[in-house]
Amino acid sequence: MRIPCPHCGARGVEEFLYTQDAGVTRPKDGGAEPTKEWTDYVYMRDNLKGPRKEYWYHNAGCHAWLVVTRDVSTHEILKVELP
Amino acid sequence: MSGFRIATGGLIDRSKPVSFTFDGKHYQGYAGDTLASALLANGVKLVGRSFKYHRPRGILSAGSEEPNALVELRTGAYREPNTRATMAEIFNGLEASSQNRGFSLKYDPMAVNNLLSPFFAAGFYYKTFMWPAKLWEKVYEPMIRRAAGLGRNAGVPDPDTYEKTTAFCDVLVIGGGADGLRAAREAAVSGGRVLVCDENAALETPDLPANVKFLPRTTVFAVYDGGTYAALERLTDHLPVSDAPRQRLTKIVAGRSILATGALERPMVFGHNDKPGSMLAGAVATYITRYGVAPGRNAVLFINNDDAACLIPLLASAKVQISGVVDSRPKSSDLVHNLAREAGVPVFAGAAITRSLGCQSVKGAEIRLNNGGMLKLECDLIASSGGFNPNVALTSHFDGKPVWDDALCAFIPGNLPPGMEVIGKAAGQGINRNIQPCWHVGAHPGKSFVDFQNDVTVKDIRLAHQEGFSSVEHVKRYTTLGMATDQGKTANVNALALLAEATGKTVPETGTTRFRPPYTPVAIGALAGPHKGKFFKPTRRAPTHEFSEAQGAVFVETGLWLRAQYYPRAGEDWLAAAQREVNTVRNHVGICDVTTLGKIDIQGPDAAKFLECVYTNSWTNLAIGRVRYGLMLREDGMVMDDGTTARLGEQHFVMTTTTANAAKVMQHLEFCAQVLWPELDVTFISVTDQWAQIAVAGPDSRATLAKLVDAPFDIGNEAFPYMGCAELTVCGGTPARLFRISFSGELAYEVAVPARYGNALAAKLMEAGAEFGIAPYGTEALGIMRIEKGHAAGPELNGQTTAHDLGLHKLLSKKKDFIGRALAARPALTDPARPTLVGLRPVDGVSIIRAGSHLLPVGAAATAENDQGHVSSAARSPSLGSIALALLANGPARIGEQIRVYDPVRNGDTLAEIVNPVHYDPSGSRLHA
Repeated sequence: MRIPCPHCGARGVEEFLYTQDAGVTRPKDGGAEPTKEWTDYVYMRDNLKGPRKEYWYHNAGCHAWLVVTRDVSTHEILKVELP
Repeated sequence: MSGFRIATGGLIDRSKPVSFTFDGKHYQGYAGDTLASALLANGVKLVGRSFKYHRPRGILSAGSEEPNALVELRTGAYREPNTRATMAEIFNGLEASSQNRGFSLKYDPMAVNNLLSPFFAAGFYYKTFMWPAKLWEKVYEPMIRRAAGLGRNAGVPDPDTYEKTTAFCDVLVIGGGADGLRAAREAAVSGGRVLVCDENAALETPDLPANVKFLPRTTVFAVYDGGTYAALERLTDHLPVSDAPRQRLTKIVAGRSILATGALERPMVFGHNDKPGSMLAGAVATYITRYGVAPGRNAVLFINNDDAACLIPLLASAKVQISGVVDSRPKSSDLVHNLAREAGVPVFAGAAITRSLGCQSVKGAEIRLNNGGMLKLECDLIASSGGFNPNVALTSHFDGKPVWDDALCAFIPGNLPPGMEVIGKAAGQGINRNIQPCWHVGAHPGKSFVDFQNDVTVKDIRLAHQEGFSSVEHVKRYTTLGMATDQGKTANVNALALLAEATGKTVPETGTTRFRPPYTPVAIGALAGPHKGKFFKPTRRAPTHEFSEAQGAVFVETGLWLRAQYYPRAGEDWLAAAQREVNTVRNHVGICDVTTLGKIDIQGPDAAKFLECVYTNSWTNLAIGRVRYGLMLREDGMVMDDGTTARLGEQHFVMTTTTANAAKVMQHLEFCAQVLWPELDVTFISVTDQWAQIAVAGPDSRATLAKLVDAPFDIGNEAFPYMGCAELTVCGGTPARLFRISFSGELAYEVAVPARYGNALAAKLMEAGAEFGIAPYGTEALGIMRIEKGHAAGPELNGQTTAHDLGLHKLLSKKKDFIGRALAARPALTDPARPTLVGLRPVDGVSIIRAGSHLLPVGAAATAENDQGHVSSAARSPSLGSIALALLANGPARIGEQIRVYDPVRNGDTLAEIVNPVHYDPSGSRLHA
C-alpha cells in the first residue's frame, strides 16, 4: 500500500503507522465527568466495509498526522488530508 | 541414452563448454544450458523420486512450473533443496544431486511404497495413524516425514548474503517474451521509465530503447496494493559461490503493469504418465529451439489441440523419429494431418495413449484406437499437450477471480489488480482454439497422475469426492493437490475438470484455481535480506559507550539501546558489582549515562499551555530555571508515561520521557499538537541523540561537579537548589545544561553536553571525583536505587495502572482539561480495591521476594480467587536486603499487615510485611542536602 503524503509525496506503507479511527472527534471542553460522549469517543467504533477515515502517522517521514480516507475492503486510498 | 545434443541450433554458447556433476558423476554442457537441458543432452532421464511413492521421475517441463525435476544444488551450508532443474543454470563446478531417494537414484528401496500404493491413497495418513494418538508426534509424524518429502535442509545458517531494494518505474512489464518486449517498446515511446522482468536468463540480449531496463533472472512473484510488486532477482545463482550477494529482493513501485507471462501447458492424464520420458510438448519444443537438445530419439505425440502440432516439423528437423501422433479429437485437424503427412508420420485420430510402457523410463506407448483396437508403439519420448492455461497467477493475487473460457478449455484473467493490463497468451490471446477437452483417457491399468509433485492421481480425486470432499478447497487439503513448490501450475485445471466430472457439474461451477503469493518459491534469506543477526535492528550506543567499554562494563539491550548494566571488578558477579555501585552512590558519588531517556525540546508562545494539555499537573506556574515531575495519561485514564520537564525560558521547555516510551510520547505530542489542539503555537523536536546526559549522584556530587562548571555559575545549594535547572558552560566553554534532579534519592545532578562530548565529559567527571572514590554505575544499580526510592518505572507503568494505583492521584489537576481527565474519573479506576502501589519486605529479613510473585492473604489457598495483586519490581538492596514494589488491592490501607508472597513457578512462598513504597529516605532529606 502507498500513501501520498502531502509533504513527502507517495511513500510505502512501512513508513506510516495506522493509529486510530479519524471518524470520531474529541469532546470540546469535555469536562471532568466520564460521560457517554467520552466513552463513545474513546471506545465505540463502527467497523464498516467501505471508505473509512483513519489517522495515519508518517513515522519514518515528516511526522505528520494524516487523515486518510481508505476503502478498508480494497485498501484503495481515496483521499489524504492534513487534520 | 536417449536425449542428445543436436548438431546445430539453440541459443547456447557452444564455444563455452561447462562441466558439472550430478549425483557425483561428471557431465558437460554449454554456457546457457539449464541443468535440465544439460542432463537431457547427456541422455540422463531419471532425475528424482516422487514425493509419496518414490516413483522414478524425469523432466516434465522447461520452466518454473516444473513439478518433478527438483534437485539439491551446491553442498554443505550452501546446499539448497527443491531447486527446479529447469531453472538452474549450469556453471563450471556446479554440484547437483537428486533428492528423496534411497542409496542411489536408480535403486530406491522406498519405491516399495509404489507397490503398496493401494494403501497410500488420499487420506491414508489421516485414516491410518489415528491411534494411539500419543504416538503421532513421536513416532508416526517423524517416520512419515522421513519417508515422504522433498530435499534436505542444509541444517546450518545460510552463509549467503541477500540484498533488498526498491525500484520505481512508470510501466512494469512482467515477462520478457515476444509480447512483453513489444509492449515494453511501445510503452517506452512515451518516454517513461519501463522495467521488464523475465524469470529466465536472457540467452539473447534484447535490443531495447534506453529508457527500458531489462532484468533477466528476475521473477515478479507477488502483487500488492498501490502498484507495488515484489520481485526476486537471482544475481549469482548461475555462478560459483562467491562473496557477492546471491539474490536481491526488489520492491517495485510501478505506475502501471503489463502482464505478459504467457501460458502454461497441461500434461495429458494417462496411465503411468509420470515416467521419465513423458514430457510436455511445448517443453520438448523449447529444448530443441532454445538449447539445441532433443529429449529423445523416438517420440509419440499425444495431443488434443493444434498448438502442439508445431512440434511435428521441429522434431523432424532435429532428426527425432516420430512413431505417431495420437490426437484425442475424433477427426484431428487439417493442420495436424498436413504437418504429419509432410513428416511422414501416422496420425491416430480419436485415439488415446492409455499408458506408457517401460519400467524406469518410457519405452513405448499403449494406444487405444478410435475403433477400440489396441496398438503398441515403441518410443522413448511421449510429448503430450492437453491444452494451455493462461498464466493468470499474478492476476489473482489481488482477489482476482479467473473466469472459465469454454472455447479455450482454460481460465482467463477475471478482475485485475488496479493498474494491471494482461496481454498475449496470459490473456488467452494467440492460443489456438482448435481444442477439445480430454481430461483423462478413461479406464486403464496403472496410475494416472494429475499432480506429479504430490503424487495425486485421478483415483485420489474421485476418492476424495466419494468420501465427501467435493469442494475444490477440501479436495486440495485432503489430497494435497496443488501444494508444495509448484503450487499445481500443471495440475490444478486438470484436477478441477476431473472433480467437475465426478460431481456432474461444469468446471466453473466446481470452482476456480486462484493463486497466492509467491508465484515461485522464495528463500527466507531473500525475504530477510541483510536484516539478520546483529543487523536485524539498529543498535543505539550511548554517547559514553567507549568510556563504559574502557571501564569494563557489561552491556544490556534496552529497546534498541545498549546500556551499561554493571561494571564488574575482579571477583565480582553482577549482584556484587551492582551493590558496590549502589554503596558508592549512597556514600560518595557515582555517574551513570541517562542519555537514553527521551528528550523533547518544546518551544513557542503556547509551550506551557501545551504541557497543560498533555500532563495531568500544572505547568504555567512553573518558574524559569525550575524542573517539575509530570505525569501523562492516555485518553482512557491509564498512565502512559512520566518524567521531568525543565523550563529553560518563558517559551522553552525540555521534556524527558522514559527510555521505553520516547518514540511513543513524541508521536503522542505530535497528535496533540496537530490534531487535538492545532491552534496552539508550539513546536518541538526530539533531541535525545543530540545531548549526552550523565547523572552525577551521591553526597559528593556537588563537590565533583563544582570542579567542572565554569565561573561564574554558582552550584551552591541555595543558588541552585533541588529541582533547579540552568544553561551554562562546563570544562572551559563547553555548552551544557544542568538539572538538579535525582532518580537515586541522593543529592544528584544531571549534566548534558552536546553528544560528541559524552565520553570526554565522563572522563572529566571521573577525574574530578577521583578523590571522593567516584565510580560509574549501570542500570542494575539504577534499578536497585529506584526501587529503594519507590519510583514507578516500566513494570509499574504497564498500561494497566492509573494515577490512583501509583499513588499519584494528587497530580490530577482539577482546574484544567488534560488528556485522560474525564475517563480517569470513572469510579472503577479510583476504587481502593484496585491493586495499588506498596512496598514489601520479607518478615524473616532473609527470604528473597521475586518480581512476578502473587500476593495472597496469609493462610489463604493459592487460587485465582484469592489473588490480591502481584510483585511488580524486586531488588536486593545492599543496605535493606530484599525489597520489593507491589500492586496490592487496598494496598495503602494495609501498611503494617502481612501478606503471603507466592511464586509457584520458582517455588517461592514467603511472608512479607506491607510497607511504604519509599523504602529509603522517605522524608527525602538527602535530595535537598
